[in-house]
Amino acid sequence: MKFVDEFRDPQRVKQWVQAIQEITTQPWTIMEVCGGQTHSIIKHGLDQLLPESINLIHGPGCPVCVTPIAYIDKALSIAQEEDVILCSFGDMLRVPGSQDDLLSLKSLGADIRIVYSPLDALVLAEQNPDKKIVFFAVGFETTAPTCAMAVYQAKQRGLTNFYMLACHVRVPPVMQALLDAPDNTVQGFLGAGHVCSIMGYHEYPPISAQYQIPIVVTGFEPVDILQGLFLCIQQLERGEASVENQYKRVVTEQGNLPAQQLMKEVYQVLDRQWRGLGNIAQSGFALSDEYAAWNAEMHFSVADIQSNESRECRSGEILKGLIKPAQCPAFNTRCTPEHPLGATMVSSEGACAAYYHYRRYQND
Amino acid sequence: MCLAVPGKILSMTDADALSRMGRIDFAGVVKEVSLAYVPEAEIGDYVIVHAGFAISVLDQEEAKQSLLAFAEMDAQED
Repeated sequence: MKFVDEFRDPQRVKQWVQAIQEITTQPWTIMEVCGGQTHSIIKHGLDQLLPESINLIHGPGCPVCVTPIAYIDKALSIAQEEDVILCSFGDMLRVPGSQDDLLSLKSLGADIRIVYSPLDALVLAEQNPDKKIVFFAVGFETTAPTCAMAVYQAKQRGLTNFYMLACHVRVPPVMQALLDAPDNTVQGFLGAGHVCSIMGYHEYPPISAQYQIPIVVTGFEPVDILQGLFLCIQQLERGEASVENQYKRVVTEQGNLPAQQLMKEVYQVLDRQWRGLGNIAQSGFALSDEYAAWNAEMHFSVADIQSNESRECRSGEILKGLIKPAQCPAFNTRCTPEHPLGATMVSSEGACAAYYHYRRYQND
Repeated sequence: MCLAVPGKILSMTDADALSRMGRIDFAGVVKEVSLAYVPEAEIGDYVIVHAGFAISVLDQEEAKQSLLAFAEMDAQED
């Protein structure tokens, strides 16, 4: 496959691994921010090819994993209302809420549907004028503009039966929150490639300068990740801290301007609760006041829902990189992808699911 | 959620920029996606697709350069 095979070429992988070995003189802890990168690292066993002194920790960049349980509970409540069709991305259906999950509710007869694109939900609204279509929108800056377009078009087309339950999150504030934490161990970041394809990377130099930490915008294939790690380690070894872009074939400094423009039109930035991480200032997008008529939280009574996190799930520590999935006592015992305690075991981008799927617990 | 596989634009509709759709070939699997966020895209371009939207046109020259990076690094050291 063009632009894929070259970036999985074993010879190139070997060269980059060797280059990393040659420049590494001391232990470094590097976090890959995006869950897609985590998945690739574990799937291809890249962490096992690196010098032992390089510790990769898996960041909070899995949108399904960080969506607060209160929003799952809100979606569950809305899905039980009459004349509602609730739709979302596939992974969201299996994330446990306080009592239940959307998939169980669907098996009891609620009209809950998986969509591939937010625009599919818009089509459903046009096809079902007697129903209320609620799109449960989660995701980082990569997904936020796709959902923004659905609401924008709903307004343009005068659709009054389309609502969005929006719980979007932003990457730079969570990177800062991790660095501010007293137990932080992260010394370098691999920046999330596709988030940066939308937002560019002009938000990163102030973070890199303030915390004296290298940030390397990185892609998803093995050669991308190893090259990103090489650049990051090279900076650390030289005592430098700057922003570099490994993923130039997809990411520019300014990012995707039409997408940024539409996000500005549709969303406002606000504080957001993260599952396992708590409240982070200015870390979320919600619909702006101009789009209140399409805001599910305004239309349905979900403000007073009380939520309870599983006490056994340690996903907060995993999202901060304090423990590896297999170090959680519930991993592969009381928590499996079939019966997850928390979201990190559900999503294909969740660290626990990746470790489980690729049987990484047997050797650890 | 982040699908890193680029697809090739086979055809596109003539609609206005925000409604433009394209048929994208992912090594034999063809999907219809929105081209609203890549107004510069042309037939034959490779795009990164996320949740039914093309979000970036792949820069083929940069792809080549990034694969050459290792050779260049070797050359610098020599």
